[in-house]
Amino acid sequence: MAAMSPRTRSMRRQLIAQLVASSAILAAVLIFLFQGFARQFAEESLDNVLMASTTSILESVTERNGAVSVDIPYAALAMLGSVSDDRVFYRIDHGTEFLTGYGDLESADLGADGRTGFAASEFRGDQVRVVTASRLLSIGRVTVTVAQTQDGLSARLDTLFRRALVLGGAFFLLASGLSIWVATRAFRPLDTLARSVARRGPADLSAFAPTPLQEMVPLVAALNRFVNRLKRALGRSEDFITEAAHRVRTPLATVRTQAEVLMHRIEKDENRQTLRDMIRAVDESSRAAGQLLDQAMVNLRTDALDRAEVDLAACLSDVVTRLRPMADLRDISLRADLSDTCPISVDAILIQNALSNLLDNAIKYAPPETDVRVTTHCANGTATIRIEDGGPGFGAEDPEPLKERFVRGRSATGTVGSGLGLTIASQVFEAHGGHLTLSNREGGLGACVEVSLPRS
Amino acid sequence: MRRSLIAAVLGFALCALPLAAFEIESETTFAVSAPTGTLRILSTTDTSLFAPVVRAFQTANPTTEVFYVSASSTEVMVAIETESAEFDLVVSSAMDLQTKLANDGFAQPFRSAATDIVPDWAKWRDSVFGFTQEPATLVLSVAAFEGLAMPLTRQDLIATLRANPERFQDQIGTYDVRASGLGYLFATQDSRTSESYWRLAEVMGALGTRLYCCSSDMIDDVSSGEIAVAYNVLGSYAAARQDIADKIHVIEPSDFTSTMQRTVLMLRQAENQTAAGKFINHLLETAWGKDSDALAAFHDFPRVIGDPANRKPIRLGPGLLVFLDRFKREKFRQAWEDAFVQ
Repeated sequence: MAAMSPRTRSMRRQLIAQLVASSAILAAVLIFLFQGFARQFAEESLDNVLMASTTSILESVTERNGAVSVDIPYAALAMLGSVSDDRVFYRIDHGTEFLTGYGDLESADLGADGRTGFAASEFRGDQVRVVTASRLLSIGRVTVTVAQTQDGLSARLDTLFRRALVLGGAFFLLASGLSIWVATRAFRPLDTLARSVARRGPADLSAFAPTPLQEMVPLVAALNRFVNRLKRALGRSEDFITEAAHRVRTPLATVRTQAEVLMHRIEKDENRQTLRDMIRAVDESSRAAGQLLDQAMVNLRTDALDRAEVDLAACLSDVVTRLRPMADLRDISLRADLSDTCPISVDAILIQNALSNLLDNAIKYAPPETDVRVTTHCANGTATIRIEDGGPGFGAEDPEPLKERFVRGRSATGTVGSGLGLTIASQVFEAHGGHLTLSNREGGLGACVEVSLPRS
Repeated sequence: MRRSLIAAVLGFALCALPLAAFEIESETTFAVSAPTGTLRILSTTDTSLFAPVVRAFQTANPTTEVFYVSASSTEVMVAIETESAEFDLVVSSAMDLQTKLANDGFAQPFRSAATDIVPDWAKWRDSVFGFTQEPATLVLSVAAFEGLAMPLTRQDLIATLRANPERFQDQIGTYDVRASGLGYLFATQDSRTSESYWRLAEVMGALGTRLYCCSSDMIDDVSSGEIAVAYNVLGSYAAARQDIADKIHVIEPSDFTSTMQRTVLMLRQAENQTAAGKFINHLLETAWGKDSDALAAFHDFPRVIGDPANRKPIRLGPGLLVFLDRFKREKFRQAWEDAFVQ
């Protein structure tokens, strides 16, 4: 199971989930607090109205001719009716003697001040809030109790609770929206860095631009250190290959010359054949070493292109001239139509090297007595070079992988080659912002290699 | 509580007894051919005045028999509070007593599409519903006011009475607040609204005022010329008397006109709740429905003088309990007697 790649998790999604969960908790706390405050506020205001009612009744109790006189103000009970439709009960006592009202109503215990008291109790099957106030008259203590059922309060609290829910819900939605926005923004620099890494060409090993974001600094620094290490490692391996190729090529040349000298002296046919095979193997090794050197050179130069204004047709013409003897040797007619001049800004050495590789391939893979055609087309933005041969072509296989190092086509069997030619050419053109396209010739035998290069 | 329990037990044991001991004025059964149930209404409204409402209800509900008992508002309280008389609905003009019944837990809340159309000031706790607005009017004898300016306010009336003491000596009538719950309600609300009530009371008392139990008696006496002025007469009763329309003026005092709401409530122990609910719906739809004149069931005021804008509806609510308090009632009765019974 260790081979299975771990399931990826989105940090952004995780952060959003955490923020949304926090919002939900906050919203719940908000609703809870709001409800608490609302209840407290509603109960207090109800108590205040009850107290006002009780006080106004208490103030209407007077002493007249040694007897208690009660004159309940109309507003005392009417004000309770204006708050809600709740049932109202009251009782008035003089000392321990019940004077008027609801005799079975229980007074609230008086508080520390001995004048007022609040209680919640049950009366005639309903929950009631009870407020009691007491006053000392010359003829004794008078106590007034007013009670009210709580239906209106419950209804009001229900309304408030619904409102709190709406408020909490709105808060939650808003906070969640903000969370998503914030989380998305927070990861933007990471996305930007990831994109800039992804956008880089295969050979781009330059340092990443320094970031102003403190949290990103270690990442960018680490990335740059890694790139540097990579660059050094690559450099070392290129140096090693160059050195190796160089060291192999020289003795190989010696071996080849001596083998050829030997060839003239040998008369036995089977021995000559053996020697010819040897020379062929030496050629192959020598060519591979040459191409490795080429590629090392290409790698070095593509990092810093030495561009200059040249005529592409002239460049190509040089290459054709150089390879014509080899074509003639194989009875291949090399036809180049290079009449148009095509000024272009390129690294001429690299381009010639690449084109030479391509043409060399064409000549190598084409059967004797066929044509290899080289044409250029110079458009405004792009210059196109087309090399067509009469060889086996790429067949049905996908030609793209042939651009990779050491990959050789099926048709290459039996031909000297390293598998580096197309790689070098492709690398050169891409370094110039151009492109190498491999295809079979339309409606006929042979391969078609098309190079497009931007002119500016 | 214990008392009502005893009453209930007694009622159970002696169910052969006809009606309980409270005093009734009349007892009518609005029979139907094939009754499926009986709706029992205890009411302060005269049977004759209420009969059209009951019949209209029975047109829509032809299998409901209606047993209608009318009694004074005080007796209605006795019946419900102390005798637990078995009724489904209480219809009463005594708003204060209806409020007390609901406040003390005798009423049962009822909600329907019809109760929703009733404005808030005409209902309380979804238990007490107003279905009429009946102004307390001044009923004057056309003959007695020959040559005198029509008093349109209490101040006018005070001035007219003071200016013509010999013409109005012993010619004034009003409710005896000690005998009539409605009279007490009107008087207490008047006293609450304006000081002019007590000044008018002084003047009326000084001229000698006859005291009545009921609006209908006052209307009769004004129309027969027995008295010239009747104060706080139910406009609805006066308007219903088309036969004497040319003998009386019905005036809504323009300083303010106390307006009573006749109310209905369903009793908690109502047995026929379905029929009771239907009857409440019928009353409220008639009173407050879009198609009907709010007063159509009771009122037809072709000759009422005054502006309905001056009407001051007595609000349902716990404020009405205040004048039911023993001390308050005693105090008011004392002041009232000081003014009228000299």
